[in-house]
Amino acid sequence: MILIECPNCGPRDETEYAYGGEAHVPYPADPAALSDEEWGRYLFYRQNPKGLFAERWVHSAGCRKWFNVIRDTASYRIETVYRLTDPRPDLTRPDHGVNS
Amino acid sequence: MAEALPAHPDFLWRNPDPKPSYDVVIVGAGGHGLATAYYLAKNHGITNIAVLERGWLAGGNMARNTAIIRSNYLWDESSAIYEHSLKLWEGQPEELEYDFLFSQRGVMNLAHTLGDVRDSVRRVSANKLNGIDAEWLDPQQVKELCPIININDNIRYPVLGATFQPRGGIAKHDHVAWAFARKCDELGVDLIQNCEVTGFVKDGNRVVGVDTSRGRTATERVGLSAAGHSSVLAKLAGFDLPIQSHPLQALVSELLQPVHPTVVMSNHVHVYVSQAHKGELVMGAGIDSYNGYGQRGGFHVIEHQMAAAVELFPIFARAHLLRTWGGIVDVTLDASPIVSPTPVDNLFVNCGWGTGGFKGTPGAGWTFAHTIATGAAHALNAPFALDRFVSGALIDEHGAAGVAH
Repeated sequence: MILIECPNCGPRDETEYAYGGEAHVPYPADPAALSDEEWGRYLFYRQNPKGLFAERWVHSAGCRKWFNVIRDTASYRIETVYRLTDPRPDLTRPDHGVNS
Repeated sequence: MAEALPAHPDFLWRNPDPKPSYDVVIVGAGGHGLATAYYLAKNHGITNIAVLERGWLAGGNMARNTAIIRSNYLWDESSAIYEHSLKLWEGQPEELEYDFLFSQRGVMNLAHTLGDVRDSVRRVSANKLNGIDAEWLDPQQVKELCPIININDNIRYPVLGATFQPRGGIAKHDHVAWAFARKCDELGVDLIQNCEVTGFVKDGNRVVGVDTSRGRTATERVGLSAAGHSSVLAKLAGFDLPIQSHPLQALVSELLQPVHPTVVMSNHVHVYVSQAHKGELVMGAGIDSYNGYGQRGGFHVIEHQMAAAVELFPIFARAHLLRTWGGIVDVTLDASPIVSPTPVDNLFVNCGWGTGGFKGTPGAGWTFAHTIATGAAHALNAPFALDRFVSGALIDEHGAAGVAH
């Protein structure tokens, strides 16, 4: 079980949260202008790195707010937690790029 | 059940050093990679093959699944490839000259809600139309087939019935891998363990070789069969895959007398249970929610599936958990596999089998070998190409098979 630090409520067990997959995937500005290829990529393709991953969680059993987490998908270690309104922290390391 | 296992065999394959070049390189010596190499040799006469394995042979998901085999999928495309697979399973112990204890004890999928009942009856009809053995059982018939199951209506999700596929069952997964490995070796395939692929050599957009932890090997064609690590390999080759890697956990009890005669799966209360030949109760359920390559997950997921198991099988309340573990499953959004060419020429991918790859082992090998040998899809895997994520022709098995494999 992962211990996740909610930006509003503090550290709580993973069971209080729900997972939202990759963070920073904006809805296309002009969806009608996308090709089938681009629309397919928006719908079905997400980064799947072994290493640091920027992802969304929601504190379902607490404040019910969404926020972002950068977590290592190999060790499950959480590197940082930040609000949706914050820019993505630059945690690039020589061995792992964020979402790469 | 509780029968003696075949004696542990002596060495079944050589451990050759990689040669400078091969006609085909398969990445990943799990069940699918080994079956692919076997069918390349048997069906297509290609034997100058290396199967490269980062760890040890069949040490990934092939050693971690719950060994359930069935073909009772809803959609025509899925039932075709899984039923082909099941027919291959039925002939395989003889063909591979290895008794891997394929036991067709039947697979039961329980229904606990009115919605479940309607979906299940629909699936039985769809299966019958596709020539697949399927029956709808009422609760009393469920009880007759599996006497230890609780069919009282005083539990939160009572058993309202079940679908039953008599030809489904289980097999000894590690013996399956060894059976394929021995035949591959006899046919001249090089099985190379402790050999991690670190890069792909390309000439323009065509793959011409692989870099590995044991040097560079030239090859004309490459087949990726690396399950949870497929995205990592695809990235090395310069393209993306529409999959997410998740931990999937399973567990066994200590050895018990035979009590459970079939395989019982419940999507709704979320557990699946069989009893291995040796006597352990083998259970599994759904993935951990987050992306993960750690081959482990949270214990609350284990607790959840044990709670479901005890509700369905009160007799299990005194059984002890012996061991839990996790694998890394490669999940697509339509819960269907990808057996396909890729954006890189001569590079092919077999992935996305998610939580249900074991049962597909022979079918995956058969169709992937065809795709690698001919450069084009077999009729059975044509619907499972990468281009379905552009065309929108998804094969949405979530409703019928999404969680419990």
